[in-house]
Amino acid sequence: MSGTATAGALSATELAAIRADFPILAERVNGHDLVYLDWGATSQRPRQVVEAEVDYVEHRNAAVHRGAHTLAAEATEEFEAARAKVAAFVGAGADEIVWTSNATEALNAVAYSIGNASLGRGGPAAERFRLGPGDEILSTELEHHANLIPWQELAARTGATFRYVPVDDDGRLRLDLLDELLTERTRVFAFAHVSNVTGEVQPVADLVARAHAVGALAVLDACQSAPHLPLDLHALGVDFAAFSGHKMLGPTGVGVLYGRREHLAAMPPFLTGGSMITTVTMEGAEFLPPPQRFEAGTQRVSQAIALGAAVDFLARVGMDRIASHEAELGARLLAGLQQIDGVRILGPVGEDVERTGLAAIDVPGIHAHDLGQHLDAQGIAVRVGHHCAQPLHRRLGVTASTRASAYLATTPDEVDAYLAALPGAIEFFRRLA
Amino acid sequence: MSSDVESLYQEIIVDHVKHPRHYGLQEGATVESHQLNPTCGDEVTLQLTLDGDTITDAHWTGRGCMVSQSSMSILAEQLPGLTAAEAGERIESFRASMRSRGEIPVDEDLLGDAIALEGAAKFVARVKCAMLGWVAAEDALAKR
Repeated sequence: MSGTATAGALSATELAAIRADFPILAERVNGHDLVYLDWGATSQRPRQVVEAEVDYVEHRNAAVHRGAHTLAAEATEEFEAARAKVAAFVGAGADEIVWTSNATEALNAVAYSIGNASLGRGGPAAERFRLGPGDEILSTELEHHANLIPWQELAARTGATFRYVPVDDDGRLRLDLLDELLTERTRVFAFAHVSNVTGEVQPVADLVARAHAVGALAVLDACQSAPHLPLDLHALGVDFAAFSGHKMLGPTGVGVLYGRREHLAAMPPFLTGGSMITTVTMEGAEFLPPPQRFEAGTQRVSQAIALGAAVDFLARVGMDRIASHEAELGARLLAGLQQIDGVRILGPVGEDVERTGLAAIDVPGIHAHDLGQHLDAQGIAVRVGHHCAQPLHRRLGVTASTRASAYLATTPDEVDAYLAALPGAIEFFRRLA
Repeated sequence: MSSDVESLYQEIIVDHVKHPRHYGLQEGATVESHQLNPTCGDEVTLQLTLDGDTITDAHWTGRGCMVSQSSMSILAEQLPGLTAAEAGERIESFRASMRSRGEIPVDEDLLGDAIALEGAAKFVARVKCAMLGWVAAEDALAKR
């Protein structure tokens, strides 16, 4: 982390310099300059990240954690150095960082490990993770499917009961119901730090404290926070967290599971096979300590190394400054959207609401796919659909929405271009109707 | 504004969206299919009534974007009177055009108003929208 004292937003000069590192931002799409406002779905990669991966592949590529030749040693060293960088970036120890294919796999790893413990795997050490009838798993109505379905399935496998914190008509979590929902029966409380639809930031430390007060494990979906906000997992006190590389300037194919070391050390593995064992006989196997225990099979080495370069890039700019920049863009986006007739912003909006730089909207009578098509024709890339949050959309009375999401390389001009194009797109479809 | 996007929303499409044909489910259908586009949540439910191998009636409901809803309406209007084999031929022809990225024009003689959906083939992301109702028809016919 840069740890810079100034949390001022990025200057125009700095922003231009950052953008120069993203070759794709100079693309023309459908005859227009690309206005990329889909960073929340997948971020673009700066050349430093691409070059780190290429440099590794061209000069040091080898199997890690096996083999004794020079390249194997260098590859292992670089792979582990990337782990240490990512750990430092989120305020964790390197031994608490497990590489996964994506955030979905990370959340499934926790759920399946708990499921395996519930079957008696992991022995007495894993007993505290066992779930069964009478136990409850709590999630929320605004979750991405990745932090919802694994828990529904875990409940179905173990006989535990799945419950959720509902949202109100504005899409705000009904935290006033938490006393009723989070009880001594609750064993797991899984929730998103930042909703990928509403962008609202949840009071994580408070929710974790309340989970711990009833003896529940707190599992954090940090996919929309790790890339956008300074994150200190130790300070937040969460038991587990998951985030994905491709949303934070890294490549696809790599995600991260954070687990407190005393948990990972006591948990049985999810995937089993090569590279995660000490002794194997025809009767069974003994497993390596974490994180290797949770990294079966060939690892995504070049992707992990590139993710290390991505967090270097983010830290160099400074997460506090990126968050300030996005807060400004987010405020500009919301203010602009509020001025456009017929636009409904999903999620709570107001002085008291902390949101990241994204906004999903519904335009009653106009389908998001149609709206997105019109914007795309002008080179404006936004996300349309349910954003893997069907229950939240259903609760808000829509099947799909149009989401614009900003990041460190987004300019105020790009936000303005989107805001300027929207009324024309709406008018186009209104005229047809 | 690109002419491609304007050509996507032709008058025929708008007309089918405003006045969907054969809309509303009815009792007594022979076969039914519900299709959902998981990426956007668009859905259609199509009911077919058959007399032997001949489709005698078609009804549907649905919700979603203009492309998926107009496409279902256009097909529903054509189906009554066709044999299952004839319907299958139209579905295959339409699918070939939709998957061709604009290379294979929609056969207007065979597919009538579906010519208006030709523009969707240029947008890979919209092919699924255009195909939704046709997949419903294919699925429903497979159940007979």
